[in-house]
Amino acid sequence: MANWIPLWVHKLSSPPNFYRFAGVVRPWALGLALILGAIALYGGLVLAPADYQQGDAYRIIFIHVPSAWMGLFIYGLMAVASFISLVWRIKLAEVVAMESAPIGAAFTFITLVTGSLWGKPMWGTWWTWDARLTSELVLLFLYLGVIGLYHSFEDRRQGARAAAFLAIIGIINVPIVHFSVNWWNTLHQGSTVRILGPSHISTDMLWPLLTMMVATKFYYIASLFGRVRTDLLSMESGKDWVRQIAGAHGSADAVSAGRAEAAEREARR
Amino acid sequence: MSMNPTRKRRLTIVLLVVAAAVVAVGLIVFALQQNMNYLFTPSQVQTGQASSYKTFRLGGMVKAGSIQRSKDSLKVTFTVVDASGSMPVEYNGILPDLFRDNQSVIATGHMDSAHFMATEVLAKHDETYMPKELKDAMAKAHEGKQVNEEAGQDKPQ
Amino acid sequence: MSAFFAMGGYAIYVWPAYAVFFIVLIADYINPSLRRRRNLRELRSRMARQAARQQRNPSAP
Repeated sequence: MANWIPLWVHKLSSPPNFYRFAGVVRPWALGLALILGAIALYGGLVLAPADYQQGDAYRIIFIHVPSAWMGLFIYGLMAVASFISLVWRIKLAEVVAMESAPIGAAFTFITLVTGSLWGKPMWGTWWTWDARLTSELVLLFLYLGVIGLYHSFEDRRQGARAAAFLAIIGIINVPIVHFSVNWWNTLHQGSTVRILGPSHISTDMLWPLLTMMVATKFYYIASLFGRVRTDLLSMESGKDWVRQIAGAHGSADAVSAGRAEAAEREARR
Repeated sequence: MSMNPTRKRRLTIVLLVVAAAVVAVGLIVFALQQNMNYLFTPSQVQTGQASSYKTFRLGGMVKAGSIQRSKDSLKVTFTVVDASGSMPVEYNGILPDLFRDNQSVIATGHMDSAHFMATEVLAKHDETYMPKELKDAMAKAHEGKQVNEEAGQDKPQ
Repeated sequence: MSAFFAMGGYAIYVWPAYAVFFIVLIADYINPSLRRRRNLRELRSRMARQAARQQRNPSAP
């Protein structure tokens, strides 16, 4: 590993340390995601007024837009982690990249389905080959391509390397998705929430949207850490720290799952 | 980097996947570019820019008061306008909920003499979301402002 | 309350959208936990087999 990387990063990125760290962080991240998500849902579905144009149909925005943001955000993160894994060969970066893909694909899928359910009553169609919709579909295919490539190799590290390549190449699509509504005359409207300049949404609708955005970020941390923990265990299954965990689990739930094995061991003694 | 057969095969796979991805993205961008060109405003149609297309998309705003619905069928006629042109449209089908006066629409269809015969009508909305009360208040404030400005212009300097 | 569920006539679009959101995320969340449990179980039985082998033949690694 490059020597300019701070020591604590080096320490944290060792599989057993990260496994423990992720185990501590995960319940907190999930808790925050659930609390913030509940607040956002209450704000969006109950407190927020109906839209002047779309009535109550616009309420799909509170899950559609945060999911769309997550689809792009996770892709960016996956590409960065892929790059790090290819250049510095850090195992943890590889696991983060490969386990981000299914979560990103889930959010992109949600974006497409909720958008379709919103488009039918408002625009008058479930689907149209509009620049925003098409590039979002390409995003889903890129995610599926990364997942597929990762699993198509017998050697998983080789697969991860190939998938990381595709993830990096596919990053071109991220600005295309984001700017498609400006570059082409699309059926999909422009961005409602802007970082620079005023947003085109009233405050009582904006805060549930932003709260849900934060909630989905925490959800991502919770889901990713769970996936990374699972992967680290199976990648390092020969190592002592994993055997210790397996042993501890075995004695903890020997009553249920491990009973047969325990009995077998007893019989051999 | 040594090139044993397995490594060579893997490298080929990776390169093929990358090439396929690039070609796919390129094709999609190209297709979109083409697709977007099919969209014409009424004034563009009137100046003959759409004449080379049998089917194309007409984009513009529904002229206020131009919507006429048939009493015994789904047939509807309306006029789509842009800054300097207008085009009568005929459509037989279910319209989106947002279809109404002064709404942006995109209609797909073909010309039949001076009429545009639509096979699909989609409503386009802007990126603004606000409660109805706020919209009304803003419309009122806007009117008030205009009145004030006009009044101000009349005032002796 | 029934007005809330009616969603101004858009219930058939709004509620399925929310259902998809929750179903997909719940599936995403529980998938790795199930995988982890299965992996650990397999590892434990492998360890048990190894331990048994070692007992029968203590000189083997």
